[in-house]
Amino acid sequence: MGSTGRKKNGVKKLRVTYAHMGTSTIVFKSMLEEIGHEVIAPPRPTPKTLSLGVQYAPEFACIPFKLVLGTYLETLPEGAEMIVSAGGYGPCRAGFYGELHRRILREMGYNPKIVFFFPPLKKPLDFYRKLVKLKQGGSWVDLYRAVRKGFSQLRAVDDIEIKSHETRARELNRGDTNRAFKKGIDYLEEAKNLKEIEEARSEGLKALEKVPQNPDFEPLKVGIIGEIYVQLEPAANFYLEETLGNMGVVPRRTIFLTSFTRRDVVTHGEKEAKERARPYIPLVIGGHGQNSVGDVVHFAEKGYHGVVQLAPFTCIPEIVAKSIMPHLSKVEGIPVLTFFIDEQTGQAGVETRLEAFVDLMNQQRGNFSA
Amino acid sequence: MAKVGIPRTLAYYTFYPLWKTFLEELGFEVVLSPPTNKKTLDLGVQETVNDACVPIKLYHGHIMALKSKVDYLFIPRLVSADGKSTFCPKFLGLPDMVRFSRNDLPPIIDTTFKVRKFRASIFSFLNTVGKRLSASKASIIRGYLQARKAHKKYHFLLSKGLFPAEAMGKLNSSLGEISFPQSGKEKLTLAVVGYPYSIFDPYISGNLLQNLRKMGIGIITPENISLKNIKKMETRLPQNFFWYYSNRAAWGTLHLMEKSGNIDGIIHVTAFGCGPDAMLNKLLELEDKNHNQLPFLSVSIDEHSGEAGILTRLEAFVDMLAHKKQSEGSREI
Repeated sequence: MGSTGRKKNGVKKLRVTYAHMGTSTIVFKSMLEEIGHEVIAPPRPTPKTLSLGVQYAPEFACIPFKLVLGTYLETLPEGAEMIVSAGGYGPCRAGFYGELHRRILREMGYNPKIVFFFPPLKKPLDFYRKLVKLKQGGSWVDLYRAVRKGFSQLRAVDDIEIKSHETRARELNRGDTNRAFKKGIDYLEEAKNLKEIEEARSEGLKALEKVPQNPDFEPLKVGIIGEIYVQLEPAANFYLEETLGNMGVVPRRTIFLTSFTRRDVVTHGEKEAKERARPYIPLVIGGHGQNSVGDVVHFAEKGYHGVVQLAPFTCIPEIVAKSIMPHLSKVEGIPVLTFFIDEQTGQAGVETRLEAFVDLMNQQRGNFSA
Repeated sequence: MAKVGIPRTLAYYTFYPLWKTFLEELGFEVVLSPPTNKKTLDLGVQETVNDACVPIKLYHGHIMALKSKVDYLFIPRLVSADGKSTFCPKFLGLPDMVRFSRNDLPPIIDTTFKVRKFRASIFSFLNTVGKRLSASKASIIRGYLQARKAHKKYHFLLSKGLFPAEAMGKLNSSLGEISFPQSGKEKLTLAVVGYPYSIFDPYISGNLLQNLRKMGIGIITPENISLKNIKKMETRLPQNFFWYYSNRAAWGTLHLMEKSGNIDGIIHVTAFGCGPDAMLNKLLELEDKNHNQLPFLSVSIDEHSGEAGILTRLEAFVDMLAHKKQSEGSREI
C-alpha cells in the first residue's frame, strides 16, 4: 500500500471518504482532518451519482443505499482507502448497508477499509474497536478534541440552517437567503477552533438577519418527518426545504444530527416522539417509523399547518407509518403529504404536488380564521 | 362457540399448528381464511397502503375474507422467534396496519410474540392469549402441551421433505402411515429459496412448486432443512441479517450450497419491493458466485405476475440446467 509512508503525529494517515449528507458534510471533513487523515470529500450527489449507484445496487435497495454507493464509486477512483459510515442495529435495513456495500465494492475490485459504526450502547466493544481502527495510532485526546470541535461545528451548521428556513419564507428578494446562508457555511468551514466556530456562527446568523424581509407576512408552517437520509440530503429530496421556502412556507424537519442536544420549542426528543406514537405503534419498528407517527402528533399540537413525510421507496418502517397516516391525519386534524422517493421521481412532479398541498393548507387556514 | 380467525398467510406457514391446537384446546373454533385467490388479492390491494409488498397486501385480503365470519382476529405482534433477530418491521407493525385500515373489524388479539428461550416464552405468550380470551388455567396448560407437540411434529414433517400444506394435512396420522418424498430419482434437484409465505402460496407464486414437480424436478426449500442444520450456519456470515425469515432463508441456502452436493440450481422467489430481500438477494447471488457458481434465478412476484410468465421462465431455466447436466455428463465419458 502506498499509504504506509505517510505519518503525522503517530497517525497512520489514510485517505478517508464518507457519504455526503446535506450541509453536515463539511463537519465530517474537518473532523477527519483533525484526527490526522487526508480527506477525499464526497461531491454533492448528482444524477450521475445516482445512476452509478443504481447500476450496481440491488434493484429494491432504497435510494440512500444507491446514492451512497454511487458516492463511494465517485470517490474510490480518486484513491480513497477508508470509508467511514454509520447505521442502526436493526430492524431497519440501513444497519446492513456497510456489509453489503463492502461486498459489492469488493466484487467490483475495490477493497477499502470500511468502518461502519453501530450505536455505541448496543455494541460497545464493537464501537471501541472501530474507534481504534479510525484513529489509526493517533492519541485518544486528539480524537476527543476532533469530535468536540466537530460537534460544535455541527451545532452551528444546524443553527444557521434553521434560521435560513425561517428567513427564506419571508425574504423580499429571491436568493438573498441562499447567499447569506452560503456565506455563513463558508465561514464555518474555515473556522479552526471553538472560538472561531462561535464567531462564524454569529456572523452567519447576522448575515441572515440582514436579509430584507416582509414583516407582515405570516408564513405557513410545515413539519418534515421521515427517513433520516432523505431528510438530511437535499439532493435526495429535491431541495424540499428550499422549494417550500420559496413558496412562503417555513419548513421544520425533525431530524438534525444534533437533535438530541436541542431543546427549543419545536424540538422534542426521541423519547417524547415514541411516547406520542404509543397509541398508534406501541413498539420500535426500526428506522424512524415510530418517530414519524409521534412527530405528526407533535406538529399538530404545536399548531403546524401540515406535515410532509419523506421516505425512500421500499423503506419498510415508513411504509408502516404511512399506512397509519390517513387515520392519524383525521384524528389529529393535520394534513399529511407523503413522498416515496426513488430514482424515477422527478423534480416537477414533486413541485406540483407541493404547490397543491400549499394551496390546500392556505385554504384551510382561511377557513379557520373566517 | 366463539370463533377465532387466522389468515392463511405470513407466519401461518410456521406457526399455524401451534396456534390452532392451542385455541381449539381452549374451546374456540378456529376459522382459517380460504386459500389465496383473485378476490383476496384484489381486496388486499384495495385496503393496503400502495407501497407495501404483495405479501402484506395479501394479508389484508385474508383479513377481509375473515372479518365478518369471526368474533376475534388472531394477529399476534411477531417480534422475535429466536431471541436474536426480529421479524421484518412490517410484521412488527402488522396489528397496527390492520387496525387502522378499517373501522368494521372484530376485536384483534395482538399479543406480542417475543421469544427468548422458545419453551418458556411460548408458554408466556400462549398464557397471555389464553387470559385475554378468559380461558381457565388448566385449559391453558393443557393447550400449551398439546400445541407444543403439534408444533414439534409439524416441523419434524417439514424436515422430512413435506411441504407445509402436506405436513398440516398429516398432523393427525401416525408417522408410520406417512410416505415421505423419495429423493434421488429426479433428473434435477432445485433449491427453491425465499420466504414460506411466497414459496408455498400457489396463487401468488404462480404455482411455481407444483409446476416444477410436474416437470419431474426434485425440490428442497429452507423450510425442509432441520433446525439443527440451519443453526450450524449461524456463524457463517460476517454479519447476519436482523430479520428472522431472512436469516432462515440465508442460512438455509448457504447450507444447501455448501453441505448438500446434489443441487443443480437455485431459484430465489422474492416479492416486488421487499425490503429485506433487496439485501438477501444480492448476498445470495454474491455468495453463490464465490462458491460453487450454481445457476441462480430470481423470480420476483407482485400483484400483476401471472402463472404463464413465471412458467416460461421456469421452463427456460430447467431446459438450460438439463442441457448443462447432459453436456457435463457426456464430457465425463
